[in-house]
Amino acid sequence: MSNAESRRGNLAGWAFIAPAMVLLGLFMVYPIFWSLWMSFQTGKGLNFKFGGLANIIRLTKDPVFQHALSNTMIFLVVQVPVMIVMALLFAVALNNPALKGRAILRTAIFLPCVTSLVAYSVLFKSMFAVDGVVNHTLMALHVISAPIGWMVEPFWAKVLIILAITWRWTGYNMVFYLAALQNIDPSMYEAARIDGVPAWARFTRITIPMLRPVILFTTVLSTIGTLQLFDEVNTITASAGNGGMPADSTLTLSLYIYNLLFKFVPNYGYAATVSWLIVLIVAVLSWIQFQVAKER
Amino acid sequence: MKNPLALIGSLLAQAALWIAAFISVFPFYWMIVGATNTANDITSGKASFGTHLVENTTKFFTTIDAPRVFGNSFLVSILGTILTLAVTSLAGYGFEIFRSRTRDQIFAGLLLLLSIPFAALIVPLFMMFSRAGLMNTYAGIMLPGIAAIFMIFYFRQNTKSFPHELRDAALLDGLKEWQIFLYIYIPVMRSTYAAAMIIVFMTSWNAYLWPLMVVQTNEMKTITLQLASLASAYTPDYGLIMIANVLATLPTVLVFFLLQRRFVEGMLGSVK
Repeated sequence: MSNAESRRGNLAGWAFIAPAMVLLGLFMVYPIFWSLWMSFQTGKGLNFKFGGLANIIRLTKDPVFQHALSNTMIFLVVQVPVMIVMALLFAVALNNPALKGRAILRTAIFLPCVTSLVAYSVLFKSMFAVDGVVNHTLMALHVISAPIGWMVEPFWAKVLIILAITWRWTGYNMVFYLAALQNIDPSMYEAARIDGVPAWARFTRITIPMLRPVILFTTVLSTIGTLQLFDEVNTITASAGNGGMPADSTLTLSLYIYNLLFKFVPNYGYAATVSWLIVLIVAVLSWIQFQVAKER
Repeated sequence: MKNPLALIGSLLAQAALWIAAFISVFPFYWMIVGATNTANDITSGKASFGTHLVENTTKFFTTIDAPRVFGNSFLVSILGTILTLAVTSLAGYGFEIFRSRTRDQIFAGLLLLLSIPFAALIVPLFMMFSRAGLMNTYAGIMLPGIAAIFMIFYFRQNTKSFPHELRDAALLDGLKEWQIFLYIYIPVMRSTYAAAMIIVFMTSWNAYLWPLMVVQTNEMKTITLQLASLASAYTPDYGLIMIANVLATLPTVLVFFLLQRRFVEGMLGSVK
């Protein structure tokens, strides 16, 4: 390539990425640093003053925040692994060309992710009413003997949120795995089969390693998503109270940020501090996930 | 399959898939049935069709400014999708075709940005947008979502399958870079665009948290916001809510079914 040509290519390269870079700079890079600065400010409304570590100290003494943090972590630790494993198993099962009704099954399991988070939350809220269709069905099947107070009891409220998120996102993740499975050369499986490698070993020795990048990718995405959990809790369990009913059992970090901004006199500095905590958790968890993926 | 264990395994897998499919589809059935029932029927678990469809529909169209609400949703979603696809496909193409050290480093930096949760941006964005007078405007609703990093990654990844010979031939024919992008890349990559379109359209149609912050008046509400405010009423009218829910979900379901073939094609396209 001549010098002029490469210069031209270089210029074109910048031109192509410029619009995205400008927008990202304005709406991500700049705000995130502003938010960092904000987290050292205290004061209500628009009256700020430098507060040093006051917000961070406040975090350690704020029981509502700690509740929100532990709730969010419980959602994360329980929901993400369950969903990823289920999505992976469904994808592998659906990838079998001998399976009857593949297209229908794939479409059906993928369908939940066309709904808006608000729309499906509303559906779940009505289905899981104390006298609702889920309790009726479970009682008819003799799984339970008395109706479960899904939105009244703190434990079941958490279970409900986890069920809801799993319903919405399993098919979404499955589609990523299905696409990645199509990229695996079938002759690898053929060779393994001829060598007498059993199905389970083919799964752990071929499928999992080949899918590792996409598993990592979806795990990171799901982690970020769960740490930002808002729409579902705001719609299913929060709308009756001032956030995360019953007894704050489903209050999440994002909901807490929202409450700090809109439910009380806005406290931007403290809300920004909680936001930055989410950034740090995401960073640490993503780093751990990358390390785990690298080692295996 | 001669192995009995494998046979049992495959039967179990099939059963699990059909149960999962049933659970996945049931809420959609529930929503449609709900639209024909009264609020009381719904919260007491009636799962069969009722006779209140007309009543619920009439109530929806008399209590809610439907043309306005759906107009807002369509405007924000369609315009938002076009802008997002334009900006992110340009960037994905740029990062893949014009590799340089600096740009590769910037791209790696995007991975860091990808891990910044939106929740962390809410506070400053909210303050920026109020100062800039973008509150309660369409631009305000759309702007933060346009440079979707996830989509930049997606387009870069898919650009790897874009045949370089096409570009080389076009360069020899004297086409400019933007012409190559516009007249060769976009048509060749249309499956990639179709798949991206589904995802981006649905994301903007379904957006909640940010629009909830930006929108301040009923005239600017999207159907998603409208649905949420119906549901958060002190005594939610579920008959009305279900009809709203059906109407809110219909466009994304239609987009999904109309373009599903394209979607799968796009995914298979990366194998070839």
